[in-house]
Amino acid sequence: MGRLLEVDNLEIKFALRFGDLTAINGVSFTLDKGERLGLVGESGAGKSVTGFAIINLISKPGYISGGRILFQGRDLTKMSYEGVRQIRGDRISMIFQDPMMTLNPVLTVGTQMIETLLAHRNMTVRDAEAVSIEKLKKVQISSPEQRLKQYPHEFSGGMRQRIVIAIALLTGPELIIADEPTTALDVTIQAEIMDLLLGLCESENMGLILITHDLAVVSQVTEKIAVMYAGKIVESGPTERIINDPLHPYTRGLINALPEVAEPGTRLNQIPGMMPTLTSIPKGCSFHPRCDYRLDVCETEDPEFIYLENNKRRVSCHYWKNK
Amino acid sequence: MSDSELLAINGVVKHFDISGGVLDQLRIENGRFKLKKVVVKAVNDVSFAIKRGETFSVVGESGCGKSTLARTVIGLYPPNSGEVRYKGERIDHLPPKRMLPYRARMQMIFQDPYASLNPRMTVRSILEEPVMFHQRGVSRQSVRNKVAEVMAQVGVDPGWATRYPHEFSGGQRQRISIARALMVDPEFIIADEPISALDVSIQAQILNLLMDAQEKLGLTYMFITHDLSVVSHISSRVAVMYLGCVCELADTQKLFHSPRHPYTQALLTAIPRLGVAKPRHVKLRGEVPTPINLPPGCVFHQRCIHTNDRCKNEIPRLTRLDDGTHVACHAVLEGRI
Amino acid sequence: MKRALRRFRASYLFFSFKRDPVAVVSFSILMALVGCSLLAPLISPHDPYDTATIDIMNAEIPPMWMDGGDKSFFLGTDIQGRDLLSTMLYGMRISVLIGIGAVFMQAVLGILIGLISGYVGGRIDSLLMRMADVQLSFSTLMVAIIVSAVFQVAFGVGKYEDMAVPLLIVIIGFAEWPQYARTVRASVLGEKSKEYVEAARVSGFSAIRIMIRHILPNTLSPVLVISTVQVANAVMSEAALSFLGLGMPVTKPSLGSLINSGFEYIFSGSWWITFFPGILLVLLVLVINLLGDWLRDVLNPKLYKG
Repeated sequence: MGRLLEVDNLEIKFALRFGDLTAINGVSFTLDKGERLGLVGESGAGKSVTGFAIINLISKPGYISGGRILFQGRDLTKMSYEGVRQIRGDRISMIFQDPMMTLNPVLTVGTQMIETLLAHRNMTVRDAEAVSIEKLKKVQISSPEQRLKQYPHEFSGGMRQRIVIAIALLTGPELIIADEPTTALDVTIQAEIMDLLLGLCESENMGLILITHDLAVVSQVTEKIAVMYAGKIVESGPTERIINDPLHPYTRGLINALPEVAEPGTRLNQIPGMMPTLTSIPKGCSFHPRCDYRLDVCETEDPEFIYLENNKRRVSCHYWKNK
Repeated sequence: MSDSELLAINGVVKHFDISGGVLDQLRIENGRFKLKKVVVKAVNDVSFAIKRGETFSVVGESGCGKSTLARTVIGLYPPNSGEVRYKGERIDHLPPKRMLPYRARMQMIFQDPYASLNPRMTVRSILEEPVMFHQRGVSRQSVRNKVAEVMAQVGVDPGWATRYPHEFSGGQRQRISIARALMVDPEFIIADEPISALDVSIQAQILNLLMDAQEKLGLTYMFITHDLSVVSHISSRVAVMYLGCVCELADTQKLFHSPRHPYTQALLTAIPRLGVAKPRHVKLRGEVPTPINLPPGCVFHQRCIHTNDRCKNEIPRLTRLDDGTHVACHAVLEGRI
Repeated sequence: MKRALRRFRASYLFFSFKRDPVAVVSFSILMALVGCSLLAPLISPHDPYDTATIDIMNAEIPPMWMDGGDKSFFLGTDIQGRDLLSTMLYGMRISVLIGIGAVFMQAVLGILIGLISGYVGGRIDSLLMRMADVQLSFSTLMVAIIVSAVFQVAFGVGKYEDMAVPLLIVIIGFAEWPQYARTVRASVLGEKSKEYVEAARVSGFSAIRIMIRHILPNTLSPVLVISTVQVANAVMSEAALSFLGLGMPVTKPSLGSLINSGFEYIFSGSWWITFFPGILLVLLVLVINLLGDWLRDVLNPKLYKG
């Protein structure tokens, strides 16, 4: 198993009129070939920005101000725009929450798929069509030959997301970044799409970064989890360990707040307060104002990572350091 | 009607005509001009009763008509047929003047905290307006006190009453939305997906707030949601909707423990559960048909594995089983499943 | 009041105004022009309406820096011997008055019709919008020409001179209400489906209360934007009508009638009678339009939400 992706101390800033704002602060994680990682956090935690950074799609005024992103050993942050563009959509594909971000409403599905292929591969239109049909079959779309001639609005939401996945698969990428791929879908369709994505990753040996707020979905699909809070990873490790024995107070809070954890009819274990905005991140540990385990040191010092369980998991929390 | 019944609906049907003007309706069929209406059959013959003090949930996927049902019950849409009774009094089709007393007793909480508060009004005037309107002659001071009291109750600093909605976060706006509903001392609150636009840690806060308010004020909730884990947590009874019809209605415990209707079974297995790798869910064939062309017979028959000829032709009625569960399925009633 | 002022100073509107030099300059010029026209009776050197002070012998005196100029007539005089600067100030007063008056009438009519049309919908909506279409298919000038021609014939020119200002306000105001009605209707349709309107209906508020108190304030940003453009348009319409001799009479000239009255004398060398009012008109309309552009950018809901 080779190393596919290594994000090392990534820092992303937004240049605003009153100075730079740090959105992502020292995010590091690794992904092996065929491995599935869940980036979990609430809105504003920086999980989508991290995903966009990997394919260098951060829109102005945001910019990468530090750290490295090594994809198969090459640093994407030091590459030319053209170089990154060749990797993006070829070796790395992205799936968005809204399928219409990927699909062009005025072109048929077939045109879009064939164009995507021709942009990255030197092949004939006929061959490209054959590949498109094969990929549509892979995402379990019936009669793909006819479907190629249809426009995106002729499909339901779940079908559109399948087509987006088929487009993502076209070039046989090593890594798929899926940003809340099922948030807009109904539960029954969400379950189908997640099954499909999981099956495809396993059969094609693709890496997956699943960006979501839904711990339950992540726990079913991924092997590793990184929990983000206010622009930092606060805890990461094997999925099963994090779900069953969360260490960071924020992860604990997130899991305990789920309705299925509490007895029906009783009060849920809520985390008080809310996540700070980028302009008002507190000093010390950014979670300390909401934390039940707060120590004096939390208010002044930013906690470092402590590594546990054969270096397989890490947590940045003073409480666990002192324990 | 029993004493414990607060709200009952009987055979409610709500269709929307979306065919537009005469010119839009014009079609040429076999060389003749015809006027063709396009009707969305959002709610079809729905009946149930909500007991005083309970939390009655309506679940279903998008487009199943649950939001339309909520708006029909509260009187935003008049039903095409059927009746809505509040404490035994028929309230659908009441003229606005006579509806007023019920307006104070029934309130609604909406999904989108960004759209449900008027951006040009301060929190104070948003909260004061319904009280001033319904309780003519109350002193300004007592309304102000009430605003402060309710704001404190929902966990928003009363000192922020002079601010505008855009100065608050999504969770706080939803609290203000709840405060607006509580201002008129209602008995019955319809909550239409009140937490689905919020972050996970905020969802728990709002759910707790709703449960606190229910306990303290003796409220009755009709809870509209697609989130089954929330339903199983807070509700006493659940109605499952599919394509405008109720397909199963049961006590929460029973429904989650032993779902009867094939659709409910599929729905329950689709919930992602924490820590359960490799989900084993019942896959449904095909997709939800549009509510414009409802399938004949049972609306679910095209996707159901237990379908027979009867299902294709005859609409199943919601029928009470021995254990108190109501189910609308020929296969269950015939003992095939 | 103090609070409101502080809120305004902290607002995005004020912030972007300060940062936009075009807006600041346009606003200053506009304020200066409007101020001058309102204070015309106080600051103008002569009173062009007072026939006793006008001497026909002073006609067509060129501006004072030219040969034959007179110190007491800074920009020269017109063909009737009136001081051009004073006449322009009084004329601008009439132009601005008609512009604002007409827009006020357009806005009241248009907002009312747009609100009802958008909120009630159905047949009433179709009826009102078809009326708007019919109204728009007549050009403003055509309506104005017919109405003022009929009025002049029916009541005589003498009566017309007294009634010219209110009549022009009504004509221009009535001709362009559909602009407002359509804009307001479009934003009412957008607002009507929002949940805060449903919340108001759940509380049992009457339709009129919901329209006025809840929906109307949320539709006013686009109204503000088109109002600036419409003022400029109304000033132009008035000038055009006056130029055609169907607007303000020569005894009470507006900018348009001044331009018209000097037009015949351009080739006889008295270019200033047309030139200076023309420049003033262009300046007035330009700064209003520039302000309108800035306002549209600032209030664009796609760029700024709140």
